Amino acid sequence: MKVTLRVWRQSGSDSSGEFKEYPAEVIEDMSFLEVLDVINEDLTAKGEEPIAFEHDCREGICGSCGAMVNGRAHGPGDRSALCQVHMRQFQHGDMIVVEPWRAEAFPVLKDLVVDRSAFDDVIQAGGYISVRTGSAPDANALPIGKPTSDEAFNYAACIGCGACVAACPNASASLFTAAKVSHLNGLPQGQVERAARTVRMVQVMDESGFGGCTNHGECAAVCPKGIPLKAIARMNRDLVFAKVTGADSDAAAK
Amino acid sequence: MSFTLESGVPTGPIENSWNDYRQNSLKVVNPANKRKYNVIVVGTGLAGASACATLAELGYNVMAFSFHDSPRRAHSIAAQGGINAAKNYQNDGDSVWRLFYDTVKGGDFRAREQNVYRLAQVSVDIIDHCVAQGVPFARDYGGLLANRSFGGALVSRTFYAQGQTGQQLLLGAYQALSKEIHSGKVKMHTRRELLDVVLVDGHCKGIMVRNLVTGQIERYAADCVVLATGGYGNVFYLSTNARKSNVTATYRAYRRGAGFANPCFTQIHPTCIPVAGDHQSKLTLMSESLRNDGRVWVPKQAGDRRSPKDIPEGERDYYLERIYPTFGNLVPRDVASRAAKRMCDDGHSALAHTNAVYLDFGDAVKRLGKDGVKDRYGNLFEMYERITGDSPYETAMRIYPASHYTMGGLWVDYNLQTTIPGLFAIGEANFSDHGANRLGASALMQGLADGYFVLPYTIGDYLAEAKPGNDDTTHAAFNDVENEVKAKIDKLLSINGKKSADSVHRKVGKLIWDKCGMSRNREGLEEALRVLPELKQEFWTEVNVPGSHSNLNLALEKAGRVADFIDFAEIMVRDALTREESCGAHFREEYQHADGEARRDDENYQHGAIWEFTGDGNVPNRHQEQLEFKYVPPSTRSYK
Repeated sequence: MKVTLRVWRQSGSDSSGEFKEYPAEVIEDMSFLEVLDVINEDLTAKGEEPIAFEHDCREGICGSCGAMVNGRAHGPGDRSALCQVHMRQFQHGDMIVVEPWRAEAFPVLKDLVVDRSAFDDVIQAGGYISVRTGSAPDANALPIGKPTSDEAFNYAACIGCGACVAACPNASASLFTAAKVSHLNGLPQGQVERAARTVRMVQVMDESGFGGCTNHGECAAVCPKGIPLKAIARMNRDLVFAKVTGADSDAAAK
Repeated sequence: MSFTLESGVPTGPIENSWNDYRQNSLKVVNPANKRKYNVIVVGTGLAGASACATLAELGYNVMAFSFHDSPRRAHSIAAQGGINAAKNYQNDGDSVWRLFYDTVKGGDFRAREQNVYRLAQVSVDIIDHCVAQGVPFARDYGGLLANRSFGGALVSRTFYAQGQTGQQLLLGAYQALSKEIHSGKVKMHTRRELLDVVLVDGHCKGIMVRNLVTGQIERYAADCVVLATGGYGNVFYLSTNARKSNVTATYRAYRRGAGFANPCFTQIHPTCIPVAGDHQSKLTLMSESLRNDGRVWVPKQAGDRRSPKDIPEGERDYYLERIYPTFGNLVPRDVASRAAKRMCDDGHSALAHTNAVYLDFGDAVKRLGKDGVKDRYGNLFEMYERITGDSPYETAMRIYPASHYTMGGLWVDYNLQTTIPGLFAIGEANFSDHGANRLGASALMQGLADGYFVLPYTIGDYLAEAKPGNDDTTHAAFNDVENEVKAKIDKLLSINGKKSADSVHRKVGKLIWDKCGMSRNREGLEEALRVLPELKQEFWTEVNVPGSHSNLNLALEKAGRVADFIDFAEIMVRDALTREESCGAHFREEYQHADGEARRDDENYQHGAIWEFTGDGNVPNRHQEQLEFKYVPPSTRSYK
């Protein structure tokens, strides 16, 4: 079948960009990124610069890929990263608009590639349990109920792709931050640093240029891993708790 | 240029070797001095991130490098099934000894016993540490950790987090690394690709990297360098590896004098989604854990193209259960892969246009119910359905082997140091523990063992002898290396042909898959050696690398990697050609028993083959490290 991709091209962070159209002959079994491969192969043969886009594992787990496809983060798939979208989800003759994530905290580097290092800053602020290598007790010394463990896993499944930010009208990173907060704060191992972790991660999230959460829920709707919105409620609850108990001043001291 | 291969393995009783070695042999750097030393770690997957975090905790100043935008993206993240550890939580008779035994046997007696024993010993510490970090492993209703079985083992020792174990372990290591970045002990450099290592007076003292955003060539110096840059499975073009995984770091180290060991030991994973067409960019793995409950079969009648549901029980050949009744569907990967190839070569493929066998969950659904199956494999089934459009609950999966992991890698001694002093290799980048075949769920174990529990001790042995605080990037050696890497970039940008680097990579990959893949023979390997120079010529005359060197240029990155893959493929083929036996994943058609099983030759090939670079256009030297088996006497590996 024939489709046309209308792709955002921008040569660097400081340059202005524009849409360019690329017709492509595709088959249904192709993944969306393979269509970009085919277009790029063609551009290369013509001596033009290929479309820059991030990708790596191509099985929906590394979180590298992502773009707005027809206005939706990661395109039409349900719980899919862009690499998991196949052309059988489109029709012959479709015009498909492809844009990079748009958020102040994710500046465009080139074409569809954006800088998501603000996510790393948020994790570095407290998205971990402090345990020195070699100092852990036996793994079965602390039983953890299966529901607790399963819930932690569901939050921990976040792939850090940035779709939640791109889909949010406020470009908020609340779902991303809350997923890590909820993963660690829900486990018994995570209790010691619970208050400080929440305060510091939220603080860095706010400082990084992400907007605030106003409960639109777009983030959870496009999340490839189905991280639920209640993660944000949990984060806010722990934040309030930290403020009320004065743990936020302890966190600031760190 | 030449090197000696002194493995430095301890000689005492194996049960105490590692402890004795740490206590009595390894030099220790005192805590106040550790903070004077600078360590470079390249690659931040499981091995790299865990090493960075632990070295920083010890007090070393760490500079970490990744070509990704974030250390969280490394390909370790895609590991699905699990991680082995000799915890014996299932009370099924597991022990450090049994894990050691299984791994030596699974590797077909081509790994060092002492290394493997150490790996089995520290496996238990890994699970403790990861749980303490908050890794959400699967648990039973009583709240204790759950296990499952993997190929090549008769016990349940695999810990897992659904089908995303690699992701959860990598995020644990990434978070530990993030903590140390926050504390200032690790300086993280993302979007930097290693182009070469820099040797000063024979010791590795720095690296040359390209800043992938600005295109700048940057120099970094330290007291030693650790490569944690993964494997080279993408030499086949189509593989389950992530698209950016490449051989450049280890191949460049090889050119500077690091021995490359057993490059022909490449693992072909039996359960991947079959190739669908020419446009295909990569293959997707379906976890080995599926073989716990799935049954592998082909139609008895060659050319039977009925839907699997319409093929009655009596007309199905459950060939793994038939040929290997003891291990059944859980035979090791090399055995399962070759059996699938034989069935398809004999015409029993499940698909007309490509090779495939069935992996059937019909019985599992009857036994466990759909929900029971979903609980174990839900996300894998979803992934399969998304790619193929078929639901494995209803229709048997179609699978076929694909390149997955590389046992070969830089030769390292017991300290994980390469033949270049001051250059270490950890994780899949080295050759250490898996011999000629890796057992499932052992890659995560080895990566984390190296990074958390081995290198942090052994690196001190080198550093204690080195003058601390090297940060000199002005040495003439840096100028020379910088000129070389810049010349290569200029050359790539000036080819100005009409083809993409990918198109040549695809050809190289097909050649290596056909001639140096699941089974090899002299004729095919010699043909590969004839054709490779032609493909190299095609690459350097007909490829087009658009754009410039001074900004983000994905075509340039890709072309540099492909150029190294082409050169590297030659050593791989030479290694396969000179190893005139069949062992583990290396199957030479000339060396097989009447029943088609591999015929190992311990008299002549009970050694690691280590290749030494001797200059462009020259045949590299082949060295040998003789292996001794004092504890597990080599036997014919039988899974029948």
